[in-house]
Amino acid sequence: MAEAVVSDVHKKIRAVFEAFDNESNNTVDVREIGTIIYSLGCFPTQADLHDLIAEVEKDHTGYIYLDNFLPVMTKVLLEHKFPPIPEDLLLQAFEVLDKEKKGYLEPEELTKYMTQEGELFSQEEMDEMLTALADRDNNVLYYKDLISQLTIDPDM
Amino acid sequence: MGCGVTKSNQFHKNSGKAVTTIKSAVLIQRWYRQYVARREMRRRYTWHIFQSIEYSGEQAQIKLYNFLGYLMDNFTPASNERNLISHIFRENEVCRDAEWERYFCYKNIEVPEIYSGPHLTFPLTVEQAVGLVEAFRNKKQLHSRYVLQLLLETWKQLRMLPNINRISTCHSKEITICGDLHGQLEDLLLIFYKNDMPSLEKPYLFNGDFVDRGKDSIEILLILFSFLLVYPSEVYLNRGNHEDHIVNLRYGFTKEVLSKYKMHGKRILRLLQKIFSWLPLATVIDQKVLVLHGGISNTTDLSILARVDRHKYVSALRPPKKRHQSIVGLSIDVDVDEDTVSHNKVFQRRTSLTFPKVLSRDCFQNRSLRDFSDRIKVNTVDNVELCQRRQSILNPVIHGPENEAAQSASCESINSEDEWKQILDLLWSDPMNQDGCVPNEVRGGGCYWGPDVTEDFLNRHNLQLIIRSHECKQEGYEFCHNRKVLTLFSASNYYDVGSNRGAYVKLGPDLVPYLVQYQASSMIRELTVRQSFGRTERLALKVLREQLFAHKSDLICAFKKFDSSNTGYVCLSDWASAVESVLHLGLPWRIMRYQLVTGRTSDGSIDYHEWFNELAIKGPNAAHIDQSLLETLYRHRSTLETIFRIVDTDNSGFITIEDFRQTWKLLSVYLKMEITDDAISDLAITIDSNQDGSIDIEEFMEAFRLTDKKSRLERGRSMFMGTATDLTNLDVDPNI
Repeated sequence: MAEAVVSDVHKKIRAVFEAFDNESNNTVDVREIGTIIYSLGCFPTQADLHDLIAEVEKDHTGYIYLDNFLPVMTKVLLEHKFPPIPEDLLLQAFEVLDKEKKGYLEPEELTKYMTQEGELFSQEEMDEMLTALADRDNNVLYYKDLISQLTIDPDM
Repeated sequence: MGCGVTKSNQFHKNSGKAVTTIKSAVLIQRWYRQYVARREMRRRYTWHIFQSIEYSGEQAQIKLYNFLGYLMDNFTPASNERNLISHIFRENEVCRDAEWERYFCYKNIEVPEIYSGPHLTFPLTVEQAVGLVEAFRNKKQLHSRYVLQLLLETWKQLRMLPNINRISTCHSKEITICGDLHGQLEDLLLIFYKNDMPSLEKPYLFNGDFVDRGKDSIEILLILFSFLLVYPSEVYLNRGNHEDHIVNLRYGFTKEVLSKYKMHGKRILRLLQKIFSWLPLATVIDQKVLVLHGGISNTTDLSILARVDRHKYVSALRPPKKRHQSIVGLSIDVDVDEDTVSHNKVFQRRTSLTFPKVLSRDCFQNRSLRDFSDRIKVNTVDNVELCQRRQSILNPVIHGPENEAAQSASCESINSEDEWKQILDLLWSDPMNQDGCVPNEVRGGGCYWGPDVTEDFLNRHNLQLIIRSHECKQEGYEFCHNRKVLTLFSASNYYDVGSNRGAYVKLGPDLVPYLVQYQASSMIRELTVRQSFGRTERLALKVLREQLFAHKSDLICAFKKFDSSNTGYVCLSDWASAVESVLHLGLPWRIMRYQLVTGRTSDGSIDYHEWFNELAIKGPNAAHIDQSLLETLYRHRSTLETIFRIVDTDNSGFITIEDFRQTWKLLSVYLKMEITDDAISDLAITIDSNQDGSIDIEEFMEAFRLTDKKSRLERGRSMFMGTATDLTNLDVDPNI
């Protein structure tokens, strides 16, 4: 029974890996690893990602081999190492930042937090986030709506 | 990708509030980065969906054409099926130029007083060419008299051109190169706006695929041709795989012309067939940069290409047949007659020796075949014929009558299969990342060629860069093979609004490509990034769902293999394997599962019968029609429509019941499946509601939901359905 589960997990990992394997030779660019891990339903922090990459990157070619990635990632998935963030926790997080309890965040507010606290966003990431998530009419972020709209399916 | 240590950490180490703030920030950052990554994943497969369906459509068209060709070769002359389709193979009827000129004569076409479009006088002037662009921008249509006249002049001009254009950027001229335009006039206008129109100071090269899919293909052609006539030394055209009447049957150009020019459309299309066949195959800039539409293969040889009779290849999908092979009673694919043959021989010698001096081309007037052949290493793997031919070419002395004889003898020994492959590869190939060269089975024509082939080819011909088009790229361009191959695509928003940018490249004497990107459509500005991406994704998924539905029986078979106890459920893993085994699209099905299957059980398994109910596409009163027949209809709707259009020889939009039956017979042979006469009758009756014995093709396609009328109205074109009139433009000027 456990074997079937592991085999299933392997298939999952392979499926996403292959989508980024441009040369069809079981390698991916190391810069895509973050995207791959996220696409597998995990929510690691940047620090977590950093550590994971260190584990799978055996040389400095800039490429990650499926053979190295598979066992490490399998363990991550079987142990549910980077579980998704529950919606209510996420809501709380936004409410902490929304000091005036307005129900929304101004772009400047969010920018201040994202680019100065925690695992900082680059300017590019910030611009992209505002473009994608800000309300079209009054340019603020209604975080309650965003959380429900952007729910990610927990299981692949 | 760093972990930042924030200022607040240092100052408020013990402040619970600050810690919470940081924790919240990190949480949100984690969440958002995850969202971005998932979106990137979806963007990739959305792209992949469009591309694989586009290419499999091309493959289907080639298969269809091959099938029809097979019919032609093997069915008896009297058979009905053959008569239905033989006319599309009458490419080079035995006709002298004089007869052609009579057929294409425009002189008896009158232009009525109420015509409000542009009037043309010949020889064409710059002002008229510019005026034409303006007129089309203002949605005017050029009268068929002027269209024919313009096309005739273009035909005359193109006949003088060599197979391979040679350009120089001396005199410090920068040349602008554009990729696929696919009937998207807005993009051409945008390019002219950003980069100015062609002129003596502004040479242009257009790299094929001017037509199909977009709704203004004929306008683009007319603009390009008029600039070609006005600036013959500054405007260059390469042929693309869509400059081909067989491809046009499926992808919309034929339909566009016939609907815009109801009276003279057929003539215009015939003349265009000739024009397409006379378009040059490639262009070389400064002897260093090769520009062609598709690509190369490991056997591509510019010296062979320089010498073929390119106009014999009216469609690149079929090699010209020798006369003695034609079946008695019907002249199909007949080789050109004696007069034109000798004319061609003269022309051939001319092209291989010098360039016609009537054109005032700069710098390279006396280049000859020798320059190519000198640099070719004789490949021992080549067949004997090739070697023999090369030997005769390598003999110097270009001028002189004794050599002309030798030349013409060697011309005749060129293997026509060889030639055909050269042209096919040129127009249809795609680059790949791996070394080697394999047939391009996805599209059905040409090859996939690798970086080693590029390297070898460039060395052999002493070139440094290949610029090609043929593939849509999200940024409008893409380098590969160590930056030795540049793909250039100039039709923005090709798959859908917001799907991709277009690009053009400027090349100066330094031969360093300078790329300019753009994106047409005012709609873009109003959509946020998320919205425009969402639209494209939804469209891709819709198309994909249709494909899945169309393969229902095969899929159910595949599911049953995993569900031996017939529970009606399969697990996700098996579902993904089964779907891939039927559709062969190479998509990440597991990841896409939630977009494709809405129902789910608690353990994550999928009720596949229920799934098909979800996907089902409803037809009208279709209960009495066999389900598997409906499915067949749906799956092959594009092919079916193409066959209808072929059968509808007078382009009335109607075919008789009898022809309708014959069409089905054809299709059933093609698909190797049984379609009973009764089943066909049922279909016919459902559609021929007024029982007058004829079937309206459009109605038929729409009735069975085989085309999506709504999306055609919105976009003015229907890529996946093959052809569509712009239904928003309903009042066509009857005088045109």
